[in-house]
Amino acid sequence: MTAMLWIGTRKGAFTLRPDERRRSWKLSGPQFLGHIIHHIVQDPREPRVLMMAAKTGHLGPTVYRSSDRGRTWQEAGQPPAFRKAADGEAARAVQKVFWLTPGHASERGSWYAGSSPAGLFRSEDGGERWQPVAGFNDHPMRSKWVGFGTPDGELLHSVHIDSRDPKHLYLAISAGGVFESTDGGAGWTPLNEGCAADFLPDPNAQYGHDPHCVAMHPLAPDRLYQQNHCGIYRLDRPARRWERIGQAMPKNVGDVGFPIVLHPTDPDTAWVIPMDGQTVWPRTSIGGKPAVYRTRDGGKRWRRCDDGLPKSQAWLTVLRQAMCTDDRLPHLGLYFGTTGGEVWASVNGGENWRCIARHLPEIYSVTHAI
Amino acid sequence: MSCTVHIPSPLRSYTAGAHRVPADGATLEEVLASLEGRFTGIRFRVVDEQSHIRPHIRFYVNAREAQELCAPVGAGDAVHVICALTGG
Repeated sequence: MTAMLWIGTRKGAFTLRPDERRRSWKLSGPQFLGHIIHHIVQDPREPRVLMMAAKTGHLGPTVYRSSDRGRTWQEAGQPPAFRKAADGEAARAVQKVFWLTPGHASERGSWYAGSSPAGLFRSEDGGERWQPVAGFNDHPMRSKWVGFGTPDGELLHSVHIDSRDPKHLYLAISAGGVFESTDGGAGWTPLNEGCAADFLPDPNAQYGHDPHCVAMHPLAPDRLYQQNHCGIYRLDRPARRWERIGQAMPKNVGDVGFPIVLHPTDPDTAWVIPMDGQTVWPRTSIGGKPAVYRTRDGGKRWRRCDDGLPKSQAWLTVLRQAMCTDDRLPHLGLYFGTTGGEVWASVNGGENWRCIARHLPEIYSVTHAI
Repeated sequence: MSCTVHIPSPLRSYTAGAHRVPADGATLEEVLASLEGRFTGIRFRVVDEQSHIRPHIRFYVNAREAQELCAPVGAGDAVHVICALTGG
């Protein structure tokens, strides 16, 4: 089966299929034209299965499932939804399903979903029926953890499951912080020590931070990386204090961005796309000169990778789900999509870049599937 | 009691393209339950988990807006589902 990219956009889902050398790409779609697609994720346990988070401008949010690699889709019978509010309790309703994560390898058919407003949901039947994870959604501290209220609603994302222990979970909330559970989601604790939150009055706040993207290395689950609103970080568990590895980025570039993606086998290699986080936070390529930065030593040093990318007047924004790798080693493919509807590809780990699709709607996610 | 529900285009994927479908119920809530029984998933797209009508959805029973799910629906009434969208 040929590997491919799934592109989730503000107006539907698209696919990009390469030839064997990944020089020519065929764009197909749209599927679900007019739907807002936040995430499309393949199930590594059953590669024929895909999950898609969708809504429209007027209709409520839902999840679609495919068991034939995306040829046909079926809507969840019970999409993610908060429990019914008790009398006098604030009523919460899922506005969008923002994030999807397949469950642990030993729990076939299990999935997690993150929503806005921040909620965590779990399916144990391949995405047909979703249940709220009460340990997080009803945690007595939840309203404080997620109380910042970002303009588009706070987002629960970056759900990770420790490959050694299905009960060991991480999630991130933007804004709210990173949280950890060691009991399958029944209890949660903040995990933000060392992270800056320069928009908060308390420099030592335990929560309220703004992790844009957290990545766990698939072969070294104690190695976490984080692209935060306030810097790039690494955490090697069991330590609890994040180290700001973005300090090694060039000062005129800084270390603000949305995505961070990891090499599939080398825990010391990661890529980010810096964006302008100054003044009113334009969140575009710095100086109109887009670049990917790569570290090969866990963040001690970063190298600019911009060959093939526009040299000026290119004000790109790349959202947190819109960057991924493929699995073609040693010539690893790296891909990102922009809010301006372009998809860029590198087939040598970021050394050179080429635009492989243009004129798409605003891109929310780029994911690899086999 | 049977009424006719006018289905807007964003929801016709649930009704196999039908623009109008019959439904039973003496209230809007019962009418939506009748629809859900035949077209699984349609209710959650227009009413949230707290049984609140979604912000960009309006229901009309004949020419009168029904702002609550307890709004009465009579035999022969026409129920309209209206979707609102702004921008691109």
